[in-house]
Amino acid sequence: MTITEIPAVATDETAWDGFTTGPWTESIDVRDFIQRNYTPYLGDASFLAGATAKTLRTWETLERDYLAVERERRVYDVDTHTPADVDAFPAGYISADDDVVVGLQTDTPLKRAMMPNGGWRMVETALKEAGKEIDPEVKRIFTQYRKTHNEAVFDMYTPRIRAARSSHIITGLPDAYGRGRIIGDYRRVALYGVDALIAAKNADKDSIADQPFSESWARYREEHAEQVKALKKLKRLGESYGFDLGRPARTFQEAVQWTYFGYLASVKSQDGAAMSIGRLSAFFDVYAERDLAAGTLTEELAQEVIDALVLKLRIVRFLRTVDYDQIFSGDPYWATWSDAGFGEDGRPLVTKTSFRLLQTLRNLGPAPEPNITIFWDPKLPAGYKEFCAAISIETSAIQYESDQQIRCHWGDDAAIACCVSPMTVGKQMQFFGARVNAAKSLLYAVNGGRDEMSGKLIVPGHEGVQGNEALDFDEVWAKYDAMLSWVTATYVEALNIIHYSHDKYAYEAVEMALHDDDIVRTMGCGIAGLSIVADSLSAIKYAKVYPVRDETGLVVDYITEGDFPVYGNDDDRADEIAALVVRTVMDKIRHLPMYRDAVPTQSVLTITSNVVYGKATGAFPSGHKAGTPFAPGANPENGMDTHGMVASMLSVGKLDYDDALDGISLTNTITPSGLGRTKDEQVTNLVGILDAGMGEGLYHANINVLSRETLQDAIDHPEQYPNLTVRVSGYAVNFVKLTKEQQLDVLSRTFHETA
Amino acid sequence: MSTGTDGAPVVELGTPLVGGSTHRTAGQGTQGLAGTDLDRPERLAQVRSGELGSLHSWELVTAVDGPGTRLTVFLAGCPLRCLYCHNPDTLEMRRGTDVTADELLKKVARYRGVFRATGGGLTLSGGEPLMQPAFVARVLRGATEMGVHTTLDTSGFLGAAATDAMLDDLDLVLLDVKSGIPDTYTRVTGRELAPTLEFGRRLSDHGVAMWIRFVLVPDLTDARDNVEAVADYVSTLSTVARVEVLPFHQMGRDKWDELGMRYELGDTRPPTPELVERVRDQFRARGLEVH
Repeated sequence: MTITEIPAVATDETAWDGFTTGPWTESIDVRDFIQRNYTPYLGDASFLAGATAKTLRTWETLERDYLAVERERRVYDVDTHTPADVDAFPAGYISADDDVVVGLQTDTPLKRAMMPNGGWRMVETALKEAGKEIDPEVKRIFTQYRKTHNEAVFDMYTPRIRAARSSHIITGLPDAYGRGRIIGDYRRVALYGVDALIAAKNADKDSIADQPFSESWARYREEHAEQVKALKKLKRLGESYGFDLGRPARTFQEAVQWTYFGYLASVKSQDGAAMSIGRLSAFFDVYAERDLAAGTLTEELAQEVIDALVLKLRIVRFLRTVDYDQIFSGDPYWATWSDAGFGEDGRPLVTKTSFRLLQTLRNLGPAPEPNITIFWDPKLPAGYKEFCAAISIETSAIQYESDQQIRCHWGDDAAIACCVSPMTVGKQMQFFGARVNAAKSLLYAVNGGRDEMSGKLIVPGHEGVQGNEALDFDEVWAKYDAMLSWVTATYVEALNIIHYSHDKYAYEAVEMALHDDDIVRTMGCGIAGLSIVADSLSAIKYAKVYPVRDETGLVVDYITEGDFPVYGNDDDRADEIAALVVRTVMDKIRHLPMYRDAVPTQSVLTITSNVVYGKATGAFPSGHKAGTPFAPGANPENGMDTHGMVASMLSVGKLDYDDALDGISLTNTITPSGLGRTKDEQVTNLVGILDAGMGEGLYHANINVLSRETLQDAIDHPEQYPNLTVRVSGYAVNFVKLTKEQQLDVLSRTFHETA
Repeated sequence: MSTGTDGAPVVELGTPLVGGSTHRTAGQGTQGLAGTDLDRPERLAQVRSGELGSLHSWELVTAVDGPGTRLTVFLAGCPLRCLYCHNPDTLEMRRGTDVTADELLKKVARYRGVFRATGGGLTLSGGEPLMQPAFVARVLRGATEMGVHTTLDTSGFLGAAATDAMLDDLDLVLLDVKSGIPDTYTRVTGRELAPTLEFGRRLSDHGVAMWIRFVLVPDLTDARDNVEAVADYVSTLSTVARVEVLPFHQMGRDKWDELGMRYELGDTRPPTPELVERVRDQFRARGLEVH
């Protein structure tokens, strides 16, 4: 049923003039277009241009008239009458004369729109918190006439899911907000034009018209109809700004503008937790090289266009609640832009536009978005690696993922959604699953399913550890294994319900219109608290751990006597326990039924929920205190990785990527002097560290180059650090927008004073 | 460090932002290295032959103990009693953990990939590594056989214990010249200056590359003529690649208290940036590369 041939309507001779043809001209295949046409760039950064006057003017206008105001009142403005959609708002500009790439989510920069399909309650809370009046008509529509995703989920939730949610062993589920983590292949808009995409989707829709009715047949037909409607709206969106998106882009500037309109349509209609933009640089670069060769583009103008796009990506806003901001540390939307890596044929996917993207951090200053993600490999061109390291040192705004691991599993046109989740662009999507509290599960195992904070029985049918003798590793492990069976089954049951409902009530029509019709779906499960479990199990195995019970017999604390190896110091004894926990969880998930035949995967990533998870969790044999933040992602416990940053990278690299195909996150902070005496030495050493880590199996590295003093000063004088960017867990945040609690959490993390 | 309203935090280079990050405290134990538990005569025999060493800790560090990312091994035991010692817990060999040379070399072998990627290698530090010369010789030999870059971090006081064969196995020596005036040196360390000067000349003659380190302590080592004496001496050596002026910090202070030892520099402040620059300029005036 896969027919994505492009009907004759797409043959626009001028648009493809000079490009090498191939399968991409016959059917939708952006990767093939890139591979046949891109030019790897092996040089250094010396060709780059600075910001143009127009760029600086636009940035100043934005800062003065909008961003500065927003910082004062959290939310700049909200349209309370118009539920969002691709074509719901008239055209808007930052500055009509200077906008090089146009298009805003609403009619005014930073003005947010309501997206109630995910759930009305969230919208209403967010509006109240923003000091806005509720429009009773809109409320009536979404509470009386239009069922939401959130309502559907709670119609179906089972008693055990409700118990697990209320005790926080499972939290942060996308059951009241958009799931996100779907990357439309926005490049298709530029390469083929919307008319061709509509024709292809209609052809796909009718390819099964002769088959008999079934529920999947009906869903296929209906979803395709939704996709076609969304594409027509996308075309209207272009028209409202004076562009004909029906035809393919003809120039570099148009290619960027068309692609951005595709992305804009998705952030106008969906407020998914992560709205990532994909892998764009090599694609854009093909157009840039053609225009540069033709003399119709200069380096200054090419940079101006990329600066303009990045500037737009920095002002995407969703209507969020204060609670949501607390979980996610401010206002992230993960416009993750993946870059570099290698093609299957061994050529680096590094182009001049890869440099231009990094250059935006110099031209516009650092910012959390877009979430620039470099697919790293020790064999990348030296000039590019050094430029990445230099920009990391200057801005702390870049993250790195292992190209080899991603390419081997997902091909050379994969991109990261959110922080660490890889997917083949336009051919794969994820059912985002947040994460379960693997650490709290261990405490439940000891307590026979009673919650260590409330004392309530949450998981019936499990016997806890009896007596006050030192805990026995084999016994605790058996109980933990059994508890994980219950936890993962309950968790996946919730995810199946959530994604069934989301497809039904908050379907991502634009994003899915920019996918093939036959795609891979993964169920992105996740765990939190890995380091605590590893260290606690290590303590039970190598030291003596005695339970401390309250008057009801509930184990509320532990006394640990003796030394034990801890995860994060390249000590196999502890690191292998961590790897075992990841493998055990994955084995359980693999055997559970998945909605829509999704491929089960797992991530070891906490975003910033490490703080809220920690709050809801008791004390551990490792010495981790009740109510304190977990280490983020797959990080070793804060302050326990005492043998240097590279040692901690090696430990995390021992977690098997095959057991966590959705990604394993490590966030590191190095003080600048910990990298070397001079900038050149720092660059060389950071390159070396990344080469060493990725060469030894590390999947992901978030690199902050900061001193504790800087962060302390930023807490005390936030007004002096409006753009201080800190990478927290697969993404970056404005440090001054964090809650006090989160700021202190970042401060308490390991700072490698010697890397 | 400062930020503009539109820019990145501007990182000032040169002066460590966290005190002592380049003149740092030793690592946190020997986790991951199997210790040994031998009876006394057997242990002594192995120590003498260099099969067994007393280790304080290990760390994988970058940019401070030689080039690239290095496995720095802190050996236990030191003949000096520097007033500003930031690792007093490494002073006595008995506080160390017994580890065999073979076990340590296994770890070196494990990190060959890291060393290749980063241009790093092995650094033996302390304490004073030359307190255990047979062990040091054996480990340096093993590392050299593996093609691993080797560095020795030493005060040079026990330089006579280093054989020429050991020098052949050294790619770099971090030589601490703690003062240039003999009386000052003795006040700082409790020992004589001469052996250090002698060892430096020997390294120079032998063609071993050196980084000279000088710890700058206000009111103790900062006198202009004391620095001049160090700089004069260094300028006579032909293999010095760089000089590092390390500002004194108070990060070792708690350790003195924990060990129940009397710490004399409790009131000493880290040197001002101006003082650090003055001292660096004294070295720079001799055409040396100074950090």
